[in-house]
Amino acid sequence: MDIKVRVWRQAGPSTGGKMVTYDVKGISPDASFLEMIDVLNETLILSGDDPIAFDHDCREGICGACSMVINGVAHGPEKATTTCQLHMRKFSDGDVIDVEPWRAAAFPVIKDLVVDRTAFDKIIQAGGYITAPTGTAPDAHATPVPKKDADAAFEAATCIGCGACVAACPNGSSMLFTAAKIAHLGLMPQGQPERDSRVIDMLQAQDDAGFGGCTNAGECTTVCPKGIPLSLIGRLNSDYRKAITKR
Amino acid sequence: MAASGALLVLFLFAHAAGNLKIFVGLPDFDHYAEWLRELGTPLLPHAWFLWIQRVGLLVAIGLHIWAATALTIRAKKARPVKYAHRPKVQGSYAARTMRWGGVIIVLFVIYHILDLTTGHLNPEGGDSNPSARVVADFAPERWYVTLFYVVAVVAVGFHLRHGIWSAFRTLGQQTTKGERRAQAIALTLSVLLVAMYLSVPVAVLTGLVG
Repeated sequence: MDIKVRVWRQAGPSTGGKMVTYDVKGISPDASFLEMIDVLNETLILSGDDPIAFDHDCREGICGACSMVINGVAHGPEKATTTCQLHMRKFSDGDVIDVEPWRAAAFPVIKDLVVDRTAFDKIIQAGGYITAPTGTAPDAHATPVPKKDADAAFEAATCIGCGACVAACPNGSSMLFTAAKIAHLGLMPQGQPERDSRVIDMLQAQDDAGFGGCTNAGECTTVCPKGIPLSLIGRLNSDYRKAITKR
Repeated sequence: MAASGALLVLFLFAHAAGNLKIFVGLPDFDHYAEWLRELGTPLLPHAWFLWIQRVGLLVAIGLHIWAATALTIRAKKARPVKYAHRPKVQGSYAARTMRWGGVIIVLFVIYHILDLTTGHLNPEGGDSNPSARVVADFAPERWYVTLFYVVAVVAVGFHLRHGIWSAFRTLGQQTTKGERRAQAIALTLSVLLVAMYLSVPVAVLTGLVG
């Protein structure tokens, strides 16, 4: 496949950037999107250019490192898929593909397509954990959890914290991420003691980090590689309402 | 947004129900308008109920616009650098047009009050009967006024379809069943309200009322 990519190039956090067009020739349709950029980077290095910086780690779709907005859609055109699991056969020969970093004030660009997602860590630090010492892994039947709750908690816990929800949200809000973390802990008996303070503190951390407010536009869930449901935001709102009325 | 919006939806239904009185007869419609001013008497002086309601509505509208403005400002700050390539938002048309739709509705409400409440922009003027103002407003030769009302009322319908559904979510709706119910309620209420509001101008335009 021969394609053109227009990639955001930015040398550093405080410098400006621009979209730069590159020709990529002879790409296998079975190559992943990241492998296509690897190939492009090899040609850039050979010609003495700076390779395109991008985040990647497991390349198995489970770590949440890769983070590119492809043709305006976070993680590209395939639903419920991370960029590393997106293959070039989803594109056509001769396509011009736009590649941009996550765009959010809370996720400043470090270089090219790499953004700083420390803001998510700040939200987790504000309450995305339980403080009880848990020791080694407990026996599975030590604390009974209804199957329905266990399944719902597991679904919420599949959030890999990639930040696609923020990248897609017209308001630049991280509400789906925060809601997933609150749901997966709040559905478990171990998460109950800190349930009220968790939602208040994590929302405060989210606001402090400079994310926008949620208007239920629903963009987040359509791009989420793990399909985290929008209903979890309703659960967060319900938890928040109960927490502030108890105060 | 949800709480102030809920108050405004309640008002919209009361207002729409009152409008339908015109189908009983023009004098009945005028009598309804007079009754609104007598409501609450003798406990309240003449027209006090109406003014209390107006103040309440202004507060709700003010809070609604304030919250919407705060969210818009936050959204602008949260994404200082725009995407070079951004397809249309995948959500519904109603969700996409909340902000501009809201601005159009505000402008319409201002026109609507100057037209049918105070009569400044009405061919009959302010000293006429409410029913005369309605009949003069939607006369066939003033089709553009009717058209503007239709556009504005449909805009309200779209605004409510996303707004009512979104309000349920803000107030904590989170189940699959509740989601279907919220969508059904939002759609039903929006369509019903649009139909109630459009029935009057259409009836005058076609000569059914007049």
